[in-house]
Amino acid sequence: MFENFKARAETSGNTEVKRFATTALALGFIEEFLEKEEVKDETGSYAVWAKSPILEQFDNEAMAQKFPGLNFKVTRELAKGAKVGITQLKWGLAETGSMAQDSTDVEQRLASALAWIHVAILPTSKIIADIPALMTKMHPKYDKYITLITGASKTADIERVLAIGVHGPERLVIVCVDDLELEGVAS
Amino acid sequence: MKEGMSASIHKALENQNLAGILDRWNYPATRAKAFEGVDFEALRSKIAGIKGEAAGRLDELAETFKKNAEANGIKVFRANSAEAARQYIANLCKEKGVKKIVKSKSMATEEIHLNHFLDEFGIQSDETDLGEWICQLAHQTPSHMVMPALHLTKEEISDLFAEETKQPLDNDIQKLVKVARKAIREKFFEADMGISGANIAIAETGSIVICTNEGNARLVTTLPKVHVALVGLEKLVPNYTDAAPILAALPRNATSQLMTSYASFISAPTLNDDRTMKEVHIVLMDNNRIKMAEDPKFKEALQCIRCAACLNVCPVYRLVTGHVFGDIYTGGIGTILTAWFNELKSAEDIQALCIGCDKCKEICPGKIDIPGLILEIRRRAATKEGLPFIYKSALQVINNRKVFHTMLRTASVLQKPFVKEGFIRHLPMFLSGLSEYRSLPSVAAVPFRDVFKTIKQPKCTEKAAFYAGCALDFVYPDAGVAIVKILNKAGIEVLFPEEQSCCGIPHWGSGSFDMAADAAERNILPLLEGNPEYVVVSCASCTTALKKEWIKILKEQHRESLIPDAKKVASRTYMFTELVDKLIKEKRLTPKEGIELHTLTYHDSCHAKRHVGVFKEPRDALSAAGYEIKEMNECDTCCGMGGSYTLKQPEISMQMLKRKLQNIEETGAEFVTAECPGCLIQLRGGLDKSGSKVKAIHPAELMVDKFK
Ligand code: SF4
Repeated sequence: MFENFKARAETSGNTEVKRFATTALALGFIEEFLEKEEVKDETGSYAVWAKSPILEQFDNEAMAQKFPGLNFKVTRELAKGAKVGITQLKWGLAETGSMAQDSTDVEQRLASALAWIHVAILPTSKIIADIPALMTKMHPKYDKYITLITGASKTADIERVLAIGVHGPERLVIVCVDDLELEGVAS
Repeated sequence: MKEGMSASIHKALENQNLAGILDRWNYPATRAKAFEGVDFEALRSKIAGIKGEAAGRLDELAETFKKNAEANGIKVFRANSAEAARQYIANLCKEKGVKKIVKSKSMATEEIHLNHFLDEFGIQSDETDLGEWICQLAHQTPSHMVMPALHLTKEEISDLFAEETKQPLDNDIQKLVKVARKAIREKFFEADMGISGANIAIAETGSIVICTNEGNARLVTTLPKVHVALVGLEKLVPNYTDAAPILAALPRNATSQLMTSYASFISAPTLNDDRTMKEVHIVLMDNNRIKMAEDPKFKEALQCIRCAACLNVCPVYRLVTGHVFGDIYTGGIGTILTAWFNELKSAEDIQALCIGCDKCKEICPGKIDIPGLILEIRRRAATKEGLPFIYKSALQVINNRKVFHTMLRTASVLQKPFVKEGFIRHLPMFLSGLSEYRSLPSVAAVPFRDVFKTIKQPKCTEKAAFYAGCALDFVYPDAGVAIVKILNKAGIEVLFPEEQSCCGIPHWGSGSFDMAADAAERNILPLLEGNPEYVVVSCASCTTALKKEWIKILKEQHRESLIPDAKKVASRTYMFTELVDKLIKEKRLTPKEGIELHTLTYHDSCHAKRHVGVFKEPRDALSAAGYEIKEMNECDTCCGMGGSYTLKQPEISMQMLKRKLQNIEETGAEFVTAECPGCLIQLRGGLDKSGSKVKAIHPAELMVDKFK
C-alpha cells in the first residue's frame, strides 16, 4: 500500500513523500525542515500547526520556544502570512496518492490551504485502497467537511501550461509515520 | 445558417490559439495513461446508471436532499427559474449587507448571468478560478468548460493583468499565475460572501462535492461568513457512494489526472475562525431541467458530469472553439444544454456545426449519445419550421431515383469542360469555395449499374446482393467491378437489384426522418429478391443505414410492417472488407504468394468505426492481401466530408481535411484507403489539389488481383 501511495502521490505535482519508523524521527525531520525553511516570527515566514493527535506526543511549548514563528493556534492572519502549514491527515488513498482530511475544524483548512508549503502528517497504517474504501471510514454524518488532497495547488488555465501554487500550497510534503497509530489516534 | 454565424466561424478559424493548445496537449495519450488499469466501459455504465436513474426522479431527490441538508443546518432553496435563483441570492445579499463576493467555478451562475444581475445592486462579484477571472477581466464568455480562458494567449493575459494590477508585467506564465494569486488572495479575505457551484449533490447525506485544482473552492467556502452554492438539479445523485465513480471518471477524463488537487464534501455549516457559525445556503435550480428529464430523448443529457472530454476530442470544436460552438456550455453537449436552458432557437445555428462523427460518444463517461441528440434538435427544428426550400428540393430529388440518376448522367456530360484526368479542378466561381483545397471528382461516364450488365459471372449457388450506394455507382464504378470479381473468386455470384436508390442517410442527417423512411422502404424488398445469403455494401454510411438505421427510422415513423424485412436485410449485411476478411478466414479466398509488398494507411471513416464497429476486419483483410499498414496519427478522426456538411460548412470541412492530409503524408505510405466513397472523394480530391504522391483508393481496387 505505502509503495503505491508514494508512487502515485509523487506524480501528483510538487509532492514529496517521506517515511519514518517512529514519531520521534518524524519530529526530528520536521524540526530540521522548519530550520531549513527559515521559519521566523514575521509575516510571510510563520509556521502554523493545526490541532493534531501527534501534538500530544511531545512538548509543544519547548518546540515553540525553539522556533519563534511556529504557532499552535491557527488564526486567519497567521495562516495568511504562513510559509509552512502543518496538519495531520486521517487517511491516505493508494490508488490516487490522495489524503483525506477531516476539515470540519476551520484550523485544518486555514493551515493547509493558505500556506506556501503544506506538511501533511499521515500514519502509515492509515493508507487504504481508494475512495470506496474511504467511504466506509468517513461519513458526512460525522465529518461535516471532508477534503481529499492530492498534490499541490495547481492550474493549467493559461495556455494549458502547468503552474503550481495558485491559491494554495505550491509544495506538499507528506510525512508518513509508522508507529503513530500505536499511540491510539482516533480514526 | 445566419450570416453572423459564418462570419464568426471565419474569425475563429483565423484565430487558432485554442486549437494549437489542444493539439500540443495530446489529450488521447495522456488520458489513456490516466485510465490505465481502469475498466472504462464498466465505470461509465455505472455512472450512466446512477445519473440516469437520478434524472428519472429529480424532484424526489431534490426533496430528500433538502430535508437532509436542512437537518444538517443548511438552508435549501428550490429555484424553479433562473429569475427565482437570482432573486434569492440578491435578497440574501441585501439581508446580510453583502458588498463583495468571491466565486469559485460555477457554470450555473453563468447560465443565469448572476454577476451582471448583482452588479446592478452595486455588489461586486469576483471570480477566483484563474481561467474565470481572466474571462471576467476580458469581458468574455468561457470558451472551454474546464479551462475557460484557453483561447487567450499569455500575451493577452499579461496585458489584462497589467491593466488590473496597474503594474508592468512580462509574459512568463509562472509569474503571471503568482500575480493572480496575490491579487485574488486579498479578495478572499475581503469578501462577505462566497458563491460556489457543485460537481455532485448527494441526496442521502445532503452534501455537495466540489472539485478544484487551484484550491479556491476551499477558500471561498472557508473565509467569507456566508457560503451560497448554486447547484443545477442534474447534479443530484441518490447515495453517498454514488460519488465514487464520478470522482474516478471526472478528473481522468477532464484533465488526464487521477484526482483533482482538492475534492471537498461539504455537508453542514461549520464554525468560522472567529467561532461564529457559518451560514450555508444551497440553491437547487431547475431552469427547465425537470422538463428535460421528462423528455424521453433528452433525459439522457442530464447524465453529463461536465468533464469536457467531448470538447477535447471534437474535431469541429477544436477548429472553431467555444465562442462559436456553444454558449455558456460549449461544444456538442453545450449545444444540447443551450437548447434547453436557454431556448431551442438559440441552439439552431449551433447544432449545424456537429458533423456527426461520434468521436465524443465513445469517450463520454455519461454514455450520452451527443450527436444523436443534436440530430434530434435538428429534426425538431425541421419539423417545426421546415427545411430551407432548396435543400428540401435536393433531398426530394435524391429520393426520386429516376430523376436523380438522370441528373447524374446529364452531369457527366455537362461537366466535360471542367474535367481533367477525372477531376474537376476549377469550379465556376460560385462554387469555388468547394474546390479551393480539394478537387472534386467527376461523375463517371458510365455508371456501375450499366457496367454491371456487361460483367460475365460464373454461376454459383451462393448469392450476394450488392448495394452500391450513389457515390460508388456514379463516381467509382471501378470499385464496384473489383468487388464483383473478388466475390466471384470466393464462389459467390453478385446480384445487382436495379431498383436500389439512395439509402436515406442524407435525409436522416438533415432531420427529415419521413423522407429517410421512404428511402428505406424503396430499398428493402429489392435487396431481398432472390433470397441472397449476403447483402454487400461498400460504403460505410450506407452500411450503417442497412445494419442499424433503417430499423430505427421505420420504428420512429411507425412503419412497423416493414421491420421484419428490415431486420432480415440487417442480419445479412456486411461491409465489403468485413466479408472479405470472413472469406479469407474461412479459406474461401486465398491470397496469392510472392506478390510485391506495398504500404498503405487506413482511414477509419466515422460510420465504419463508430456506427457499425468495423475497423479490425479491413486491416486484417488488407494485410492478408499483401499490404503493410502504416497507421496514421488520428486514423479515426473525421476527414471533414460528413455528407452535405462539406457543402454547408465548407470552411470547417476543408480545415479538417488539411489536418487529415498532413497525417496521411506523415506515414510515408503509398496508398490511403477508406471504405467510404465520401471519404475517398474528400481524400482523393485533397491529395490531388496538394500535388501529393499518395493515392487514395478503394480497398476493393487494392485487393482485386491479390487472390488466387
Ligand atoms: S457530455 Fe459526456 S463527455 Fe461531454 S462533458 Fe458531459 S460527461 Fe463529459
